[in-house]
Amino acid sequence: MINQLSWKVGGQQGEGIESTGEIFSIALNRLGYYLYGYRHFSSRIKGGHTNNKIRVSTSQIRSISDDLDILVAFDQETIDLNYKELHDKGIMIADAKFDPKQPEDTKAALYAVPFTEIATELGTSLMKNMVAVGATCAVLNLDIKVFEEVVQEIFGRKGQQVVDKNMEAIQAGFDFMKEKLSDDVELMELEKADGMKRLFMIGNDAIALGALAAGCRFMAAYPITPASEIMEYLIKKLPALGGSVIQTEDEIAAATMAIGANYAGVRALTASAGPGLSLKMEAIGLSGITETPLVIVDTQRGGPSTGLPTKQEQSDLMAMIYGTHGEIPKIVLAPSTVQEAFYDTAEAFNLAEEYQCPVIVLSDLQLSLGKQTVEPLDFSKVEIRRGKLATEELPEIENKGYFKRFEVTEDGVSPRVIPGMKNGIHHVTGVEHDETGKPSESAANRNAQMDKRFRKIENIKFNTPVHKNAPHEEADLLIVGFNSTRGAIEEAMGRLEKDGVKVNHAQVRLIHPFPADELLPLVKSAKKIAVVENNATGQLANIMKMNVGHAEKVHKLLKYDGNPFLPHEIHTKCKELF
Amino acid sequence: MATFKDFRNNVKPNWCPGCGDFSVQAAIQRAAANVGLEPENLAVVSGIGCSGRISGYINSYGFHGIHGRSLPIAQGVKMANRDLTVIASGGDGDGFAIGMGHTIHAIRRNVNITYIVMDNQIYGLTKGQTSPRSAAGFKTKSTPQGSIEQAISPMEMALTAGATFVAQSFSTDLKDLTALIEAGIQHDGFSLINVFSPCVTYNKVNTYDWFKENLTKLSDIEGYDNSNRELAMQTLMKHDGLLTGLIYQNTERKSYQELLSGYSETPLSKADLNLDQAHFDKLAAEFM
Repeated sequence: MINQLSWKVGGQQGEGIESTGEIFSIALNRLGYYLYGYRHFSSRIKGGHTNNKIRVSTSQIRSISDDLDILVAFDQETIDLNYKELHDKGIMIADAKFDPKQPEDTKAALYAVPFTEIATELGTSLMKNMVAVGATCAVLNLDIKVFEEVVQEIFGRKGQQVVDKNMEAIQAGFDFMKEKLSDDVELMELEKADGMKRLFMIGNDAIALGALAAGCRFMAAYPITPASEIMEYLIKKLPALGGSVIQTEDEIAAATMAIGANYAGVRALTASAGPGLSLKMEAIGLSGITETPLVIVDTQRGGPSTGLPTKQEQSDLMAMIYGTHGEIPKIVLAPSTVQEAFYDTAEAFNLAEEYQCPVIVLSDLQLSLGKQTVEPLDFSKVEIRRGKLATEELPEIENKGYFKRFEVTEDGVSPRVIPGMKNGIHHVTGVEHDETGKPSESAANRNAQMDKRFRKIENIKFNTPVHKNAPHEEADLLIVGFNSTRGAIEEAMGRLEKDGVKVNHAQVRLIHPFPADELLPLVKSAKKIAVVENNATGQLANIMKMNVGHAEKVHKLLKYDGNPFLPHEIHTKCKELF
Repeated sequence: MATFKDFRNNVKPNWCPGCGDFSVQAAIQRAAANVGLEPENLAVVSGIGCSGRISGYINSYGFHGIHGRSLPIAQGVKMANRDLTVIASGGDGDGFAIGMGHTIHAIRRNVNITYIVMDNQIYGLTKGQTSPRSAAGFKTKSTPQGSIEQAISPMEMALTAGATFVAQSFSTDLKDLTALIEAGIQHDGFSLINVFSPCVTYNKVNTYDWFKENLTKLSDIEGYDNSNRELAMQTLMKHDGLLTGLIYQNTERKSYQELLSGYSETPLSKADLNLDQAHFDKLAAEFM
């Protein structure tokens, strides 16, 4: 019996690789296993190698695995590109149709199963992925009944016959593989899972659901990988709540339309990836100087320019902190799990209204698209706080005076009114302005307004600015990361501890304003610091040095080849520090 | 009920004496009063440039955004609160150069707002460079040999983009302009009003006199039918775009808001933000 399994299915894009992974994962998730998926795909619709690697475990996991137990291949390319991940007792199950060739330098066994042929005999070659799922079940000694419910849900609309045929295809794959497996093959039978109902979702689902839970009722966005799922989800769900999504003509329109909607009192969202954020920069500055709340999601991918549009990277950090010309107060959040993506997105709407500034929710491709098992989300934890938004009737202002929308206050936050409110008329402009919003170039006013705006974020309140797992008062090593690296760091930490290295871990969730006070004790009490990030220049490491100091202790642990960190990579590189 | 004086504030415009934009400002104030608006129910969103300052000179909610982006901001405002009257405005550089992408798409989206362009065929605030409305041969600081680019024909462009309300006016025709803005506000859909608003400082070609000489009023064209798109296009081409009046109106096509499925009939900005637990549970269950 094993407590975790790593399974990968690969083939040409457009061949149904995703649905194969989907059916397999949903069924196992419902049995109570924890899953973590990673999709390798290209920026094209059909053709090109794609694969879906799924890790199954009886306990919580948040990283892809170092190696692979089973590789299901629909073409030779899948074998050639992925067989090296298989360990010695690994198994390749390949479609007999392409006459799969066993690579020389692996001990993993290759089984040719006629996926396409069996499927065609049963009615259509489209069911070849079902045959593959069945063949996998034989290796796992898993009762194919676990797929009945999922197959019913997916194909039910097409009629009972289609459902039955698909189940037959799974059965046929199972039978063929069972027959073929020699008696001395060790089956990879998973320990029974706890049967608990948990969610199975991608980070983008959680971001979108978090927005809905927080009262977001309007979104303006332009399609882009890996952010589009957020708008697609909200397009489906907002009409039931009276809201809507506009797919805009470009990224600038998306940001400015969201600003217009927020100005007029709706909680509005926009989401994009690096190229889109580059285009939104001027609008972010407008939100900053006009003190208009704005929530923007940045799902980072490989940059610069079009870069690696379907690959993992975390290289937008500096741009998100400093981006826009001039200086504005801004908040940047970086959830590190799908749960946090839900809560942090919801909280972003509160922060945007309380501090009247842009709030960027930073994600990365692996967090946004990696489908994983998630513990139930606690809706009662979602609060709605609208800051100094006026809700009462306003007193009349004499002589057509304007409402002091930008009043200089002690905490820097001014009372906010929205269009339509009587006696609230004021002007809003991206030009430097006085307390009523009228343009002003006076030096004294400039100082007063700049100082007021920056005062707002001096003491921002955010629940958990740093996720800390710090078992040691004095540590040999502090590992720091942000966004999706958390899972791989946690596993590496476990291995380092076994090696006798005392490790503390900090995953930064509030990127800006940087929580230096939170990190400082951990930094001081560590002999060395490894900052793990998917970029080439060590952006988080540099920000840490700038804000926390202790530069001599900081080591950059970087990966920028487009792939997420594997636990063994962090483990090995950290050991090299000693 | 508010009068046009209620839409005046105590800010003195920084436009040059004689600028056409003064009349546009007055026309908006009159039209707003004439259609029965209260100042707090009007939002004027403007772009950058001399004319972009207009949102600061009208006693209403005003948003002076970034160059070329008045339309997406204005559409966002309208989506958030469908009860507001929303006017977007700016110059020809704002709307037909840097913001042209938004102009075309706002036209075809047909959100129920009014867009007033103050067209002076020049960049004024940056002190005299060519605009996409400058005629070929027009000499400016940036086209010392005369412009070798073709000028945009905004009215024809709007018709091809599927506009439902296309009008043009001249800033001195205060009465006609006011009536057109009223009609634009009352039109259920996106209304585009291009206003020739001469720049007395930097445009010595397209002057008040030049317009008086070259403009033709549609009311003077016998048999003109502003519900006939083909005729509108032909007439525009015949007169090189130099027409004033309501060029085209389509009252049959519904506005974006009317067509949008599920869109709240009351302003979204007044909606309860709270989801109920059962609704949330249902959404979460879809991920199980």
